[in-house]
Amino acid sequence: MMQFPETIDIPLDVWVDAAMDWVLITFSGFFDLLGQIILYFMIYIEKFFVWLPWPVLVIGVGLFAWRVTGRWWSGLLMGAMLFFIGALGLWKLGMMTLSLVVASVLISLIIGIPLGIAMASSDRFEAVLKPILDGMQTMPSFVYLIPALMLFGLGKVPALFATIIYAVPPVIRLTNVGIREVSPSVIEAAHAFGSSYWQILFKAQLPLARPTIMVGINQTTMMALAMVVISSMIGAKGLGLEVLLAINRIEVGRGFEAGLCIVFMAIVIDRITFALATKKKQ
Amino acid sequence: MEKIKMEKIVVENLYKIFGPNPEVALKMLKKGHSKDEIMEKTRHGVGVADASFKVNPGEILVVMGLSGSGKSTLVRCINRLINPTSGRVLVDGEDVTRLNNKELRHFRQKHFGMVFQNFALFPHRTVLRNVEYGLEVQGISLDARRKAAMQAVEQVGLKGWEDSIPDQLSGGMQQRVGLARALALDADIMLMDEAFSALDPLIRRDMQDELLDLQEKMQKTIVFISHDLDEAIKLGDRIILMKDGVIVQQGTAEEILTNPADEYVASFVEDVDMTKVLTAESVMKKSEIMAYLKTDGPRAALRKMQKAGISSIFVREKGKCVGIVTAKNCRKAADRGEKTLHAILEKTIHKVTPDVPANTLFSMLGDENQHPVAVVDENDHLLGVIVVGLLMSRLAETMQPEINGSASANV
Repeated sequence: MMQFPETIDIPLDVWVDAAMDWVLITFSGFFDLLGQIILYFMIYIEKFFVWLPWPVLVIGVGLFAWRVTGRWWSGLLMGAMLFFIGALGLWKLGMMTLSLVVASVLISLIIGIPLGIAMASSDRFEAVLKPILDGMQTMPSFVYLIPALMLFGLGKVPALFATIIYAVPPVIRLTNVGIREVSPSVIEAAHAFGSSYWQILFKAQLPLARPTIMVGINQTTMMALAMVVISSMIGAKGLGLEVLLAINRIEVGRGFEAGLCIVFMAIVIDRITFALATKKKQ
Repeated sequence: MEKIKMEKIVVENLYKIFGPNPEVALKMLKKGHSKDEIMEKTRHGVGVADASFKVNPGEILVVMGLSGSGKSTLVRCINRLINPTSGRVLVDGEDVTRLNNKELRHFRQKHFGMVFQNFALFPHRTVLRNVEYGLEVQGISLDARRKAAMQAVEQVGLKGWEDSIPDQLSGGMQQRVGLARALALDADIMLMDEAFSALDPLIRRDMQDELLDLQEKMQKTIVFISHDLDEAIKLGDRIILMKDGVIVQQGTAEEILTNPADEYVASFVEDVDMTKVLTAESVMKKSEIMAYLKTDGPRAALRKMQKAGISSIFVREKGKCVGIVTAKNCRKAADRGEKTLHAILEKTIHKVTPDVPANTLFSMLGDENQHPVAVVDENDHLLGVIVVGLLMSRLAETMQPEINGSASANV
């Protein structure tokens, strides 16, 4: 076997560390402020979900699922799954996880949909952004925890930050695809009647891309849920932390309970957002 | 009077070249290199080359040519859905090619209604909301644009459908929506890009008639793209014929029909003799019933004829179609007590294969007492029969559009 020569050694790690140090020192004030704003926003969302009386959520989600899926038993099942989370004594932790998911999805959409639109209207921008998105999705999600931790310290804010980086690519990608898939003849017709860029965007492209964008939102939500669990490692409270503790203490039962709750929450969120995505076609 | 009126649209020396560096190709084109040469050397496609024409107000101009002849490109250069490479387009004396984006948008809103071959409706909007689209982008108030849209919907006969979505409508109805969408604008020019080509022949004819009716009331300036000569003759006050991006002839239908500029136009215009196109198979009446010389007597043959509702029947022997017997003769033979068809069998019959052109059938069906012609396959099995009346009516059916065409050409 031939050894790879040790003399060839690109110190990429050193460079990244140096860059990170530079960012930390130069922008520490900015990140502190940003962190404070995000924290404020998240605390409100978390307060709301923890405050929300459980029967309201269980019944509300059940009815909503019934409406969007069109099947009463589907609604009943969704409600039952949420009820089960409470029955295991994990309601509050579940709500913390849910609030983190909701916050990160909201911010992901605020960032992702405009980026997707920009990507659809410029081939050059698409060419630049595509490999970055690929990288963001293939990079092991744990890696995002480190810079998040360094920028924002421990807690909810870095968890949110890491979650957004991990979860935002699908909604960007599918917004782009959805808009690009709109029939060119429809766009041509819109041009022929003298529409402006924004009129074409809001009156033709976005409404027609809606189903595809909804699929993107569904995927983003599912990825956010997955990442929220992992981000418990940097101090996000919730079901993920419960799993982490169970691993550390080798408590199989406790880990199983929390794991099951995460699965149920995933099913409920997935089915509802998926039904919303496909509803229009019927 | 005609001369005082200003032309509505004037197109002067219009070129459209597709590719990253059209100037080079343009120079070559002006030096007289051919479209194929330019494609080969520079990888640039010539869409339209040196097109000049005028459209008078209230006139229907049909731009005609085969697919790839540049007619769609030419018309899109008028409202700059495609930007011309060089040349001028004047609408009411204003040069469209000089407008900036904002001016162009207003210009389109004010002057152009457009109807597309594949309808290009907004699938997420109801019929009414499709029709009001043009007014909506102009920022006209909801009440006013609903009213105008409703009027346009009624004009094209879609009242009662205004809340449907396009997918629920047939092709013909969808194109009515497309027409209404262009009419609602009250623009003075209509660009119609193969507007009726995707429709069934019958519906197409209806739509053409309706367009002519509407045009009588509205007197818009219409530029209509078509690849169908009959359509061009029917709709066009004047016709422009295009080939390979070049206008080869322009004039009224009659001028073009009687005096084609070159072979290309002639081939387009050439009267197609339908009897040469039709074959025996397409004019025959399907029938496989035969009498058998060996086994069938006059009564059996009669019974077969009665059942099939025919007055004569072909007779088969040893795998061959050998002749014909008529009902009249069968009855006589039966009355005479004959047991076989031998005595009344008429052996002079015409047999043809299915691919024989229909015009050769006339001589075979010459006089009125002539028997039908048998259409047989290679094994002499009967496929069908051809009788005079049927042949004439089939021909009349198929030649209908042709007759219309030459009639209007001779007006």
